[in-house]
Amino acid sequence: MTMSFALRVLRPLAVSCILVPLLLGTLRAQDERSLLNHPAPGFSLVDLHGARIDLAKDRGKVVLLNFWATWCAPCRVEMPQFVQWQQHYAAQGFQIIGVSIDDSSAPVGPFVQKMRLNYPVLMGTENLSGLYGGVYGVPVTFLIDRRGILRARFDGGSDTAQIHAELLRLLAAH
Amino acid sequence: MKIHRPRPRTWFWIIALAILAAAAPGTLPAQNVNASQIPLDHLIQPQALHRALQAGSRPLILQVGSRMLFDEAHIPGAEYAGPASQPDGLAALRRRVASLPRNHPIVLYCGCCPWQHCPNIAPAWLLLRKLGFTRVQALYLAHNFGADWVSQGYGSERSQ
Repeated sequence: MTMSFALRVLRPLAVSCILVPLLLGTLRAQDERSLLNHPAPGFSLVDLHGARIDLAKDRGKVVLLNFWATWCAPCRVEMPQFVQWQQHYAAQGFQIIGVSIDDSSAPVGPFVQKMRLNYPVLMGTENLSGLYGGVYGVPVTFLIDRRGILRARFDGGSDTAQIHAELLRLLAAH
Repeated sequence: MKIHRPRPRTWFWIIALAILAAAAPGTLPAQNVNASQIPLDHLIQPQALHRALQAGSRPLILQVGSRMLFDEAHIPGAEYAGPASQPDGLAALRRRVASLPRNHPIVLYCGCCPWQHCPNIAPAWLLLRKLGFTRVQALYLAHNFGADWVSQGYGSERSQ
């Protein structure tokens, strides 16, 4: 009697213990994908020069949001290309926003100068990464279209040709 | 007074030994090692670690990368040790393991960026080997922690 009662109570508990973490893992994995083709999460943060960067103000532009860090080699590889794109496509309504995930802002300013970044750079926050489905490594790059819809996510040391192709497609769409 | 100078043959052996010593894993300067130099039998694949944890294995798991990435998501039960590419991070790692027996199982991971570019994992592995730890494994995260662990559904938690 006691045994069957224990089984009745413990069995669902044991099943839940197995299923819930599995389900949560799956949901987490889906997070970043489910953001695509939805409005890009808004944010308003101050950049390294003290200027306020509000994503909403870039509506009408194609925005490339790049999460990076000073110690990240693949991030450094992409940057000269980004600098070139910012210069080349600005007149067509293109804006890059860099988000450093360095633990401290101390090395970021000199790095930005050294790399001659011609776009605003913010210090990342856990909250901002979370809004974008989690940034658990860098580089991670997002493309947002002129209507403010998140269209692409590129993880790791991406082939910049892929980012460029998508960027051109979004710039062409009005 | 007669001064004994090493003969050419002796010089050869001195130089050869110096080169060998510099190439040994325990003596390479941290800045000169990269993740691809960690021997394959010192790596553990994410799936294997996940299975081991599920089976009740409890190694000391240390994240040796970015604090922000750790706070956002880390392997349940893992501890933050500090970025091993920085002297402060290595010092923190050294302090954390100071009192452990040298055969204590330890798993190191970073996952800040693609494996071959990770600046942290190899210096951390190298330090522990140098300190005499015999059961150190480096978690092989090919792309990053998000793609190779979180997105695989292996489970993660945020810092409180």
